[in-house]
Amino acid sequence: MTRLVAGGDLAHRLQDAFPGTVESWDDAWVWVQPGRLVELCRWLRETPDLAFDFLSSISAVDYIEHFELVYHLTSIRHNHRAVVKARVYGRERPTAPSVVSVWRGANLQEREIWDLMGVAFEGHPNMKRIMLWEGFPGHPHRKDHLGG
Amino acid sequence: MDRSDQERSATLRTEPVTINMGPQHPSTHGVFRLRVTFDGEMVLDVEPVFGYLHRGTEKLAEERNYTQVITLTDRLDYVSSMTNNQAYVLSCEKLGGIDAPERGQYLRVIAAELQRIASHLVATGFLLQDLGAFATPLMYCMRERERILDLFEMLCGARITNSYMRVGGVFQDAPDDFWPALRRFLGEMPRFIDEYEALLTSNEIVLSRARGVSVLSPDDAINASISGPVLRATGVAWDLRKAAPYEVYDRMAFDLPVGKAGDVYDRYWVRMQEMRQSVGIVQQCMAQIQPGPVRTRVPLIFRPPVGEAYVPVEAPKGELGFYLVSDGGISPYRCKIRAPSFINLTLLREMLIGYKLADLVVIFGSIDINMGEVDR
Repeated sequence: MTRLVAGGDLAHRLQDAFPGTVESWDDAWVWVQPGRLVELCRWLRETPDLAFDFLSSISAVDYIEHFELVYHLTSIRHNHRAVVKARVYGRERPTAPSVVSVWRGANLQEREIWDLMGVAFEGHPNMKRIMLWEGFPGHPHRKDHLGG
Repeated sequence: MDRSDQERSATLRTEPVTINMGPQHPSTHGVFRLRVTFDGEMVLDVEPVFGYLHRGTEKLAEERNYTQVITLTDRLDYVSSMTNNQAYVLSCEKLGGIDAPERGQYLRVIAAELQRIASHLVATGFLLQDLGAFATPLMYCMRERERILDLFEMLCGARITNSYMRVGGVFQDAPDDFWPALRRFLGEMPRFIDEYEALLTSNEIVLSRARGVSVLSPDDAINASISGPVLRATGVAWDLRKAAPYEVYDRMAFDLPVGKAGDVYDRYWVRMQEMRQSVGIVQQCMAQIQPGPVRTRVPLIFRPPVGEAYVPVEAPKGELGFYLVSDGGISPYRCKIRAPSFINLTLLREMLIGYKLADLVVIFGSIDINMGEVDR
């Protein structure tokens, strides 16, 4: 059975490796600051006893005052999972670092988030809209998108 | 080549040609567009263009209550509606802390495994169609899929857009005449699979067109979040039914067929073997299922507590999961769909470059995508 790496355990290890990045944690997930996300993700992938080699999914949730990026990570080698979250602020063009250099599986998912939720990823090789056409007004999965 | 030929080819100017394949093209399995740059017949570059079937399912889900969203999930991967239903209701049940009764879980597993057979039949039939085996294998595969759709019709009255599952179980118990029909189908299916394998597995043309084509390494596949039969064809024994057994899969004995080379042929072969395993799982379910309720009492207007849930399942095409966020209201605050068809296309460009136009349709067919799920 896939084991869920407890948020507290992961948070303590992340604090040791990247002091000051962990914001808070819960039983099931850890909130981190997005600044050093790429380094942090590479560390999560390459630390032998964590070995999060498979990025299950990236989701973005619009909480009006901020956007939350949710990374569901899986380790195929150890059969365990973890959830890492990061908050990004601003509604004009909020940005987060791209993790494509760590997991190529993030490529299309980050483009989808930019297209539909309007969170841009810095360092992405091809940050263009994916479902909608260039020039579409707004980002339709945001809570304040009215359509029309 | 004599001297004059060499001179002529030195002066003949060649340039790469960019053409559009799709959105209306029979081998794109829906409305998908590939902007391909060719050097003669050789693929130099590929740019996939998405979105022709984008309906904003995730946003629509925010406007409907939890029960109504089930009908939206049918229309994602419309050749495996049952599995979509299952992934969605499992996330809802996690959110609400509900357990479906055992008989309901067995019925869901039966439906999901039959759906896996149906989806793999479609994948195989169309792959062979793309290979140039016009109509015959496809018609054979459709013939058996029809039987599965008949069984679904007995379960819930619908053949494609089933909406059979509910939060807390299934919509209704199977009718009495379902079981003899299922038993007859399971008795006959292995013979049909033998028939396909006799036609295809050691077929000279299939072997020469599919062996060694579009080889994917296990590390690349994992790093690109590729899941399902395409991942298992590379030799990685990763299946959520084994790794994180949901419902009653922990009571089922089945093997995990894995490929060796990670090429088109292995993807085909893995799907063939998985169909045999699915027949076995449904047979075990039939032997183990006990009478009892099929549905826990959950209000139709279901209000889960504040929280979030992500329960991935092994859909025919890979890891399918619904990331649901609840704010305590009657509809999801956010419903993000982790669609295997979409994410399996991550390496499409790398998988196609260097192959010929005729291989392009075969490689694309071997990934087995469904546009309803890619574009959502």
